[in-house]
Amino acid sequence: MMSTLAHAPSRSPWRSYLLEAKCEFMRMLREPAFGVPVIAFPAMFYLLFGVLLNKGSAGAAQYLLATYGAFGVIGAAMFGFGVTIATDREHGYLRLKRTLAVPPGALLLAKMAMAALFAVIISLLLDVLASILGGVVLAPRQWALLLAVNVLGVLPFAAIGLFFGSLVSGNTAPALLNVLYLPMAFLSGLWLPLSMLPEFLSRLAPIWPAYHLGQLALKVVGHDQGRPAWLHLLALAAVTVLFFVLAQRRLSAAE
Amino acid sequence: MATTSPVLARLRGASRRYGDTVALDGFDLALHAGQVTSLLGANGAGKSTAVGLLLGLLKADAGTVDVLGHAPGSMAARLGTGAMLQSAGIPERLKVRELLDLVRSYAARPRSVADCVALAGLDGLLERRYGRLSGGQQRRVQFALAICGRPRLLCLDEPTTGLDIEARQALWRAIRELVADGSAVLLTTHYLEEAEALSDHVVVIDRGRRVAEGTVAQIRAHVAQRRIRCVTALEAAHVLHWPGVRDAVREGDALRIVADAAEPVVRRLLDADPQLHELEVQRAGLADAFLEITRNAGQEAA
Repeated sequence: MMSTLAHAPSRSPWRSYLLEAKCEFMRMLREPAFGVPVIAFPAMFYLLFGVLLNKGSAGAAQYLLATYGAFGVIGAAMFGFGVTIATDREHGYLRLKRTLAVPPGALLLAKMAMAALFAVIISLLLDVLASILGGVVLAPRQWALLLAVNVLGVLPFAAIGLFFGSLVSGNTAPALLNVLYLPMAFLSGLWLPLSMLPEFLSRLAPIWPAYHLGQLALKVVGHDQGRPAWLHLLALAAVTVLFFVLAQRRLSAAE
Repeated sequence: MATTSPVLARLRGASRRYGDTVALDGFDLALHAGQVTSLLGANGAGKSTAVGLLLGLLKADAGTVDVLGHAPGSMAARLGTGAMLQSAGIPERLKVRELLDLVRSYAARPRSVADCVALAGLDGLLERRYGRLSGGQQRRVQFALAICGRPRLLCLDEPTTGLDIEARQALWRAIRELVADGSAVLLTTHYLEEAEALSDHVVVIDRGRRVAEGTVAQIRAHVAQRRIRCVTALEAAHVLHWPGVRDAVREGDALRIVADAAEPVVRRLLDADPQLHELEVQRAGLADAFLEITRNAGQEAA
């Protein structure tokens, strides 16, 4: 520790953290196979189901604002982490990083910041669509809470993405993640209210991490199933820790 | 003389296994300041494993690894080390300038962007995306990333694979410049002329063991053979039976002979064919020495 300090008197790790985050964000933004679907799909679905097919129901417009926000954030976090980690691992970028004096955790934090930034973009885009076209009216506190739920929602799904990205190759990762992502979103009530699903499916919904994020977002707009918030937070925290630990184990065993 | 300069990194009795395969077997290597050390060996001889140990990417099963007085892979060791790996996996959508700024930010005293561009030959490439560069240009970017932190130890794992002659020679110039500043360079290569052009010190590795070590001249001296080439009407099959001739092959008008010593064979050639012309005699290159050394090592092992 002392020698590390002695060798690096003038180094500012903050600049590295910032540049690392910028690089992760730029590479995802320039990747059309990521940026376009991750940002456009939640907005498109909202326009379709929350505005065009919605026959003037303020409740549905609010419900879908919350759930498509969660849907978008989950996609950004799972794909942003899963695909890039798989690619970075497969092509040797992680190896190269291990030879460089990267400040601790910089790459992971950078990917986290990248996913959080995408979460903000998705949330704000949905907010604009909801308030202008969907006629959604919320208190300032609710808008802020919804944004906070979405940004923090990055964590558990980043962990899940990281874990699957540590398992499979960069080419396989998108397919595998889609197989998980789309059914999970549907079964968690993110596309349609759970009340419209067959009863046994809606009763199984709490086994999906996406359900808990969806419920937190719905709680902000008053459309959740009424379970306490701490239960959802606990479930999401447990998922985060579990998958980070599993992923860490996989990644350090990779050599 | 040259070997009295300080040792910046060292492997001592280093061993590493992958399952049942022994990749490195009690391997010793010392990298001196201001010297290029070339690690020569066939595919799978253990070159990249040795590099992996120095960079802290792999752990040694036995033996010690010391990098700039620190444990390999520690932050202090990484700060003083630059590396060019065989596959870098650099994100294709990042621009060269973004990559350079990022990697320079890790260093305590980074080289200026202009210096990196000049040393690695990146003129006009800074605003290009990495994925849109040619293979040779990508290698030059990787080299720039390896040197931008002013490393005291530079590990280059087959750096010029895929480079054209001109780019290769530009890279050699840059490496010589770094060595003149007192860096220690480890070079693994398939190209023997590269080792010949750059190395102060050559280590030949075969099946994870060091089989020879010395200057290029010392390694070359392992084979005393000479190559003789001349235009002559003499039959190759005939010359092959002469004492001291190891090999004789016809190439068009010319005859190519490998001999233990040149003088008796040349004398006999001139006697046998007064019309003989375009006589050339060469010392065996590093390539011949290398083949000879690893072949002998193989026979001893068998």
